[in-house]
Amino acid sequence: MPRMNAAQRHVVDFTLNGQKIRAEAENRMLLSDLLRHEVGLTGTHVGCEHGVCGACTVQIDGKPARACLTLAQQVRGSDVRTVEALAPGAAELSPLQAAFRRHHGLQCGFCTPGILMSLDALLREQPDAGREEIREHLSGHLCRCTGYATIVEAALAAAEEQRKEETPNA
Amino acid sequence: MKSLETAGGLIGRTVERVEDAGLLTGRGRYIDDLPVRRDTAHLAILRSPHGHAEIRAINTSAASALPGVSAVLTGDDVGRLTRSMTVGVKANVECWPIARDRVRYVGEPVALVVAENRYVAEDALDLIEVEYETLAAIVDPEKALATDAPVLHPSLGTNLINERSFRYGDPEAAFATADHRIAIRIAYPRNSCTPIETYGVIAEYDPGEDAYDVTANFQGPFSIHAVISRALNVPGNRMRLRTPPDSGGSFGIKQGVFPYVILAAVAARVAGRPVKWIEDRLEHLTASVSATNRVTTLEAAVAADGRITALCWDQLEDCGAHLRAPEPATLYRMHGNMTGAYAIENVAIRNRVVLTNKTPTGLNRGFGGPQVYFALERLVHKIADELGLDRLQVIRRNLVPADAFPYRTATGGLLDSGDYQTAIDRACAEGGLDALRLRRDQARAEGRLYGIGYATVVEPSVSNMGYITTVLTPEERAKAGPKNGAQSVATVAIDPLGSITVKVASVPQGQGHRTVLAQVVAERLGLPLEAVRVNTELDTARDAWSIASGNYASRFAAAVAGAAALAADRIRERLAAIAASQLNVTADRIDFKAGKLFDRDNPDNAISFGRVAAASHWAPGTLPDGTGQTIRETVFWTPEQLEAPTATDGINSSLCHGFIFDICGAEIDRTTGQVRIDRYVTMHDCGRILHPGMVDGQVRGGFAQAIGAALYEEYAYGGDGSFLTGTLADYLIPTVMETPEPLILHHETPSPFTPLGAKGVGEGNCMSTPVCIANAVADALGVEDIRLPLSPSQVSEWLYGEERPPSKPQDSTPVATGASGERLLTGSGSADVVATRESVWTMLLDPNTLKAIIPGAHEVRKVSDTHFRAEVTLGIGPVKGRYHADIRLSDMVAPQAVTLSGGTEGALGSGRGTGRVTLTETATGTRIDYRYEAAIGGKVASVGGRLLDGAARVVIGQFFQALARHAGGGGPPSAAAGFTQRLLSLFRRRR
Ligand code: FES
Ligand code: FES
Repeated sequence: MPRMNAAQRHVVDFTLNGQKIRAEAENRMLLSDLLRHEVGLTGTHVGCEHGVCGACTVQIDGKPARACLTLAQQVRGSDVRTVEALAPGAAELSPLQAAFRRHHGLQCGFCTPGILMSLDALLREQPDAGREEIREHLSGHLCRCTGYATIVEAALAAAEEQRKEETPNA
Repeated sequence: MKSLETAGGLIGRTVERVEDAGLLTGRGRYIDDLPVRRDTAHLAILRSPHGHAEIRAINTSAASALPGVSAVLTGDDVGRLTRSMTVGVKANVECWPIARDRVRYVGEPVALVVAENRYVAEDALDLIEVEYETLAAIVDPEKALATDAPVLHPSLGTNLINERSFRYGDPEAAFATADHRIAIRIAYPRNSCTPIETYGVIAEYDPGEDAYDVTANFQGPFSIHAVISRALNVPGNRMRLRTPPDSGGSFGIKQGVFPYVILAAVAARVAGRPVKWIEDRLEHLTASVSATNRVTTLEAAVAADGRITALCWDQLEDCGAHLRAPEPATLYRMHGNMTGAYAIENVAIRNRVVLTNKTPTGLNRGFGGPQVYFALERLVHKIADELGLDRLQVIRRNLVPADAFPYRTATGGLLDSGDYQTAIDRACAEGGLDALRLRRDQARAEGRLYGIGYATVVEPSVSNMGYITTVLTPEERAKAGPKNGAQSVATVAIDPLGSITVKVASVPQGQGHRTVLAQVVAERLGLPLEAVRVNTELDTARDAWSIASGNYASRFAAAVAGAAALAADRIRERLAAIAASQLNVTADRIDFKAGKLFDRDNPDNAISFGRVAAASHWAPGTLPDGTGQTIRETVFWTPEQLEAPTATDGINSSLCHGFIFDICGAEIDRTTGQVRIDRYVTMHDCGRILHPGMVDGQVRGGFAQAIGAALYEEYAYGGDGSFLTGTLADYLIPTVMETPEPLILHHETPSPFTPLGAKGVGEGNCMSTPVCIANAVADALGVEDIRLPLSPSQVSEWLYGEERPPSKPQDSTPVATGASGERLLTGSGSADVVATRESVWTMLLDPNTLKAIIPGAHEVRKVSDTHFRAEVTLGIGPVKGRYHADIRLSDMVAPQAVTLSGGTEGALGSGRGTGRVTLTETATGTRIDYRYEAAIGGKVASVGGRLLDGAARVVIGQFFQALARHAGGGGPPSAAAGFTQRLLSLFRRRR
């Protein structure tokens, strides 16, 4: 790592949702602030800025991570994915997103992007995840609107659908 | 979105929400996402670390001089440009959004900084020096009434800001002749439904027109707009208030953003540029708003068969440090339904409102209901137990009869509709009460702790804007003029292509209003859902609104959707007249379906909706005589039942009254004291259901928050007013793991008073569930004085008695006892360094070495051989601050041991402590042993044990590593807990 200076902004090169990005950030800038206020992708939300609520969850090199506990400088060279990248096309929803809509897995939607990023990673790594795994992963997120049940149902439905698609003849 | 077939039948169906595609793809537009003017600066707020203190001096010069800072304001600056906020009762107090010469709660704003970005603004906060003289704080509402209690507002001379007594029927006679008098005393704690999105404000001032333009994620009621305009000293039309398209939840809480609207507006004026402020979570938990805590004594006059003939309420309401609008509304919102679901004819009420050194209170889901029903439903349980009757039987014996609706309650409420008996019967049958009883009996036979609780609740919705004037005496009311009603408003507009736009002043925060309004209006006009688009952003400069606008008191389904239906009906009537003239039939034969208007008796005689709808734009001359335009229709609707309080203080505080009956089966773990909800049944009568999925979503969401209130959440204060639950790691919101799934049942009795027959539904479980769980726990444990939250430590106390202090002192285990309300930390440890004892001794007493090795030290000054002063910056979790420390050395035995004692003071808190350091020679150098005891208060105390202890360990570790390095190498510390007192005392605060 080059030696950095607190008073200056430093270049951060990384991949964001498949595109190469060159941004500038002070050492102390959080990844959540970089994404929202420098790059302008406001889908990643900030609910606590101390790592508890999970609203800011993004994927860094495929793994869910709290953007509010990550310094912008830490993602140099990494592959960062945010909620904006989940849908396959402009007017489409991913199966997970569609399941959330069908099952009313959201109300205000503030916690939702973080939850989607966690579940997206879970369903990729553990395609056979059941209710318990899903609940376990959701326990890192706070939702104040839904009471969670519909989120669990949406995730289960998406997992089911994904399994069907992967084994079309089963 | 998949296309829905047209025509009727949209209302009552669980259609997919139109809101969701945007929210799911990161395209929501919450306040922090909105574009702002390029010259927008950012606001940060310096807040009081003390619960109660006089401000002696504020020095802002260093902050103002920091590059990037464009303005620094103190209470005096704000005072010069604004007026005190209106207080809802007659009392000689002022109410400012920022402290003037005294701070009265931890977190109260003390100074504002406007800077180019938030990072710089917060740097500047660190440079502001405030000199406080602390005063004794009062946090207990009962103690606040003592004659020798510290008084928050000297102008008032007492902490009791309002008291009123009421009498309905003949309670004295009922009590005198009653077979039994049974009473219960309740202390309901403070909590908050805290949304995941915090407050945000973007403010701008135009000096040319002396006008403010503010966007805030405010939720209403817009009666607050009048409070803001008055405080800013401008007419209402120079205070433009707008809301963003999306809001990340509110549950009442975002009503409380309004003092910050005032602060940001003034800051923008002084800075000469737009100002943006986004609250952080610590600010939110510490200083936004919460529900009131309340001490209630409730007594009932009871006949031998369990019939209640009179109630006597004594309510002591704690509204925190200021009585902020619309308080004391929490105390009066339930006034019309103080008898709950029961027919009780005689009622006496004494209401007192007291001020304490806690955050001012405000709207919170359930608003007044949790406090009232906790007392009432605990009492009904107790009555049954004392009389040896079945609890359900006592409930049933007292219910309002099914044929009595609309039923006028003793206190003036008008219960619109219901069939409580049937709803309860169905809940018991469909909820499996018999099986649950067997389960309980079996568990008990096995020696387990299992209980069943019930709660019966009337859930008011659509508040009467006049109910709060019940706090005034009839004479005061007569002078002030009557207040009543609740205007809701909706606009339906048709564009030149014949598509529909609906506009309402409902300000949703995630409830799906846009979807429901599209359903309602599309159904009225025989159109597919997607033909109607709904806009719920509110702009007071452009839109139709009134003081009742906003999203609170569960008014949407009953009032706002109703107004939209009425507006659609008016348009529909005119469209029918136009179509009739073109189809040569009479208007009463015209029907609307599938995008067509047609003759009901001859459906082939039809014309497209678009054609009829567009006529007002393209060919107004062709409209039949007497038919008005169909371009835009705005309907204001206020229900006649919402009358002003009567001369005898009767008040119909709400238009609608839903009904809830809950059953809870709970088991308590004998070993841990943990409460587990085994089964939960919740029966709702919310009138006609407009969207079943959303109704159940509201029920589940309220239920989850109520689980939090019952088992986990409390805004905890120390005796000195320090706030102890400032992060989401301390204020425990239930996750999916803690949230059981209730069985939701419905029994619909449509309201005769609302256009669609709907009633509110969102708040009910916040009223019913905490007491239902408490009743189950009381049943399991046989304990009467049930206090929330039912944490394992609380329950264990009932199981095993109060915890005794350990027989021998525990080392290295920080304890959060908070004797005086401060957080206490103790610990000890040791470290080895490769250096002689003498050189370590010298290092420890040398300011230059200390400066080099104390983490975050800017300066360490030696005042005398035994007195040091230090300046340090330290961050713990989200709380970073600068501190001055004053350390004295005593009991020095060079080079072996020294005692350090002292205190620190900073914007974020204060601390004091003592510690003993001992140096021992070892084969490789020196071993340092330390033991400390420290107490902290203020903002840092609210960060919570876990973070504090962890942070202390890290800091101490860093100190020893630095010391070892400085001493010329050596091992890392061998223990981790706390040199704190010396370190901490040295470098800034000790925890
Ligand atoms: S904002 Fe990152 S976890 Fe809450
Ligand atoms: S949907 Fe509002 S916080 Fe989860």
